[in-house]
Amino acid sequence: MGRYILKRLGLSLITLVIVSFTVFAAAEVLPGDVARTVLGPYASQQQVDQLNHKLGTDQPLVKRYLTWAGDFVKGDWGTSPILNVPVRPLVLDRLKNSLILAGFALLLIVPISVLLGVLAALNYGGAADRIITITGLSFVALPEFVVGTFVIVVFAVQLGWFPTSSSVPDANPVDIFKQLLLPSIPLMFVLFGYISRMARVGTVESLRSNYTRTAVLKGLPRRQVVGRHVLRNSLLPTITVVSVQVGYLVGGLVVVETLFSYPGIGQLILNAAVSHDLPVLEPAVLMIAIIYLVANFVADVLVAVLNPRVRLAT
Amino acid sequence: MSAVAEQAAVRIQGLTVSYRRRRKLLRVLNDVSFEIGHGEAYGLVGESGCGKTTAAMALMRYLPDNAVVDGGRIMFGDEDVLTASDSTLRKWRGERMAMVYQDPGSALNPSIKVGEQIAEVYRFHKHLGKSDALAAAIEMLSTVQISAPDRVARRYPHELSGGQQQRVMFAMALATDPDLLVLDEPTTGLDATVEAEVLDLVEQLRAQFNTSILFVSHNLGIVARVCERVGVLYAGRLIEQGPAQELFQSPRHPYTLALLRCMPRLGMRKDTDRLDSIAGSLPPLGAEIAGCVYADRCPIARDRCRNEPPQIEPVNERHGARCFYHEQVPGIPPQAQGIEQVPAAAVEQEALLEVEQLVKAYGSGTNALLAVAGVDVHVARGEVLGLVGESGSGKTSLAKCIVGLIDPTEGTIEFEHMNVTKGRSRGREARRRLQMVFQNPDNALNPSHTVGSILRRSLQLLAGVRSKRQQDAELEALTRSVRLEPRHLDVRPSSLSGGLKQRVAIARSFAGKPSMVLCDEPTSALDVSVQAAILNLLVDLQRREGVSYVFISHDLAVVRYVADRIAVMYLGQIVDVGPSEAVFSAPHHPYTEALLSAIPTLDIEAKARIKLRGTLPSPSDPPSGCRFHTRCPRYLGDICKTEEPPWQESTGGQTYRCHIAPVELQRLQTQDADAADAAGDPVG
Repeated sequence: MGRYILKRLGLSLITLVIVSFTVFAAAEVLPGDVARTVLGPYASQQQVDQLNHKLGTDQPLVKRYLTWAGDFVKGDWGTSPILNVPVRPLVLDRLKNSLILAGFALLLIVPISVLLGVLAALNYGGAADRIITITGLSFVALPEFVVGTFVIVVFAVQLGWFPTSSSVPDANPVDIFKQLLLPSIPLMFVLFGYISRMARVGTVESLRSNYTRTAVLKGLPRRQVVGRHVLRNSLLPTITVVSVQVGYLVGGLVVVETLFSYPGIGQLILNAAVSHDLPVLEPAVLMIAIIYLVANFVADVLVAVLNPRVRLAT
Repeated sequence: MSAVAEQAAVRIQGLTVSYRRRRKLLRVLNDVSFEIGHGEAYGLVGESGCGKTTAAMALMRYLPDNAVVDGGRIMFGDEDVLTASDSTLRKWRGERMAMVYQDPGSALNPSIKVGEQIAEVYRFHKHLGKSDALAAAIEMLSTVQISAPDRVARRYPHELSGGQQQRVMFAMALATDPDLLVLDEPTTGLDATVEAEVLDLVEQLRAQFNTSILFVSHNLGIVARVCERVGVLYAGRLIEQGPAQELFQSPRHPYTLALLRCMPRLGMRKDTDRLDSIAGSLPPLGAEIAGCVYADRCPIARDRCRNEPPQIEPVNERHGARCFYHEQVPGIPPQAQGIEQVPAAAVEQEALLEVEQLVKAYGSGTNALLAVAGVDVHVARGEVLGLVGESGSGKTSLAKCIVGLIDPTEGTIEFEHMNVTKGRSRGREARRRLQMVFQNPDNALNPSHTVGSILRRSLQLLAGVRSKRQQDAELEALTRSVRLEPRHLDVRPSSLSGGLKQRVAIARSFAGKPSMVLCDEPTSALDVSVQAAILNLLVDLQRREGVSYVFISHDLAVVRYVADRIAVMYLGQIVDVGPSEAVFSAPHHPYTEALLSAIPTLDIEAKARIKLRGTLPSPSDPPSGCRFHTRCPRYLGDICKTEEPPWQESTGGQTYRCHIAPVELQRLQTQDADAADAAGDPVG
């Protein structure tokens, strides 16, 4: 087990290095000149060169990457030349906001999706199965901005139950629901489709397996068969899917955050990309990658805990 | 054990089952009736598709959702399994009726410790507490002769060997001392020596528990060994039933007779005997047949057989056959009679394949697993080398190295005087001349191409035939040589039967006129009657074309039939090699001796079987000295542990690796009831 975790950890770190370099390189080759963007179209070329030199953007790519990566690790993320604020508190604060929104959506939708997915599998081919499967598919097919706009129009504008734009909630549960329920609905629509389908497929497979037959022919009641023998094996793939979705959630919030003017990291990244604010863009994207890797790592460990074949093989 | 007791434990009466497929009902079992007495073992045999598993599952009332029971009763004591309430059924299952299946690896829950899985039975049926149940489970594990049961109870299924897994299944099934035990191919897929151990266990448990057994198997030898009475299923009908010994020695249904004649028996050789096969094929599922289901393939069928369904005709009090003319059955001549064997192409002295000191290691450093640990193999042109060994012996790794699918770690492979050690750098010529036929033709053929295009492609790539006209001509010749019909060329492999698919795979490998073909268990996935036809084909092709085979099989009777020379592998080494007959008769390596004695044959007379101790050691940590010493029945003493045994020259060009000299070994092995020489021939 210990070796398995170390191995996974090592692989995560290697991935992180590759991702960070890709992020850095991609951002640096974006069209446009940093200094030109900062100084505007009327600045002289000399001023632009000077600022580029000051920012270090005239150095070779690998050298700049190393400096940047070193600074990132040390926590020295610099200041945004556009917003004129230190980058680290800005990115971390926005990340925290996004995590709150994503966590809320996940906490609500994962149990529902898994439950309905398993329910569909237990009624394989029946009415409940069809309804759940088709609902899931149609939800996934709906773009986030359509669902988002729809819920804003109905629940915020017409019914007035929720604010049209969401801010970060305080610890009050009523406020949490008030601020976060609407923006998380489009997210949940997408998640529900994926997660319930995965839970359904895993359960169907497990129900058909020989070990389930063994359990039934041992004379165990159905509740025991499903609870002890089926679910234990059927939810393993679902765990992996959920962890991948965490990455999607945190990174893919752009649309929803913009729609609800929620101050999350997605919105920040979008703005930084548009205004060519590299010192903000790079650490923000990297933080998302880190969240993604952490989620995957947690999923791997969880799968290992639940699956002795993985746990004991390495 | 006596015949059916007064009140049978289970009575199956007129059981008729269909499967619903695309709104049509296809009948799989038709009016099947039999009884199993208390403490009796009843064998149900038949080829795939005959309905034997459906019958077994019906007994547990665990049929697939699309199955429809059209009629019949399964009386378990005084109650009908088919109409019992769900709660009654739950009580019966696991307590009064239990089942052990094929492939124990998948029948155990992979994420629950085996002790717990057995304990469950006690908790639900005997209402024991958690720790009592576990204690009872451990007790049961020792009953099925698992050593260190308390340690094994804490293991997960994948940490156990196949034999141990099956023992766990038996422990689970017998935990509550059930009245009926259904065994569905319980040893299929296990190695010969493990199979023999499991069968020993079945016999022991029977003596101990007095359970009635329904034993479903395609292997007639196993059924003959375990069961008192046997029923033969064909196309969903019970066509013959009787005491095992009588039925196998004097079958009274033409199908039973044909089936028995298809089996290569120990002692049959390709030079002298041609295998019988059954013409035609099983009627399709759900076919409406007015007369006898076997009439189309039967050599003695008359008009009456095609129009009127026969009833079970009594041969004697306990033996019956569903045949109007069962009295004529003993007089049916063997099918193969009169068909001349293709004369053998002479085995030349020229060496075709020379493998020297081949080593294949997986992993490296201290974790390295030596799958093949220094093996020499020599095959002459036109010769068939049989490669025998249990799983983990390294025979598949060796075969993959030879054919170039993987690269050996050390050693050299020379083929037709070309160095082909590295698979990837092999030239086209070497690839063309060295081909392979795989065990499972389903995976070996591309499902989205037609048979014709698969073969054309091989002709183009291997034989370099480019022009369309020449391809047509070659294709026709190739098709004819494996006895496929031209109509088979237009269909995709999925619509062919297993035997036809294997013919396509064989045609593919012969497209480029190879000089050597590696056959990896080419008939293991096939039914007995199909196996016979494929073996005949392989032998004919080999003789006509003068090809060499390296023929891998776990079935010693098959290997003995096909091979000129045999090499026996154990833990990555060859321990015994020589001409087939020499290897099969004493003196031979103690491991060969054990393998031979493990084969269940139709010989009813009990033979002393050589039991191997323990389980196969891990190839990553092989025993010191002689690798076989931990399990050897002829263990001498410390010398076996410390010194690697020398090669001993035996009679007839056979050599084996053992500390015991041939003369002494000969004396030891002929002294005991010798398994190898008692090649039974019950059918004649």
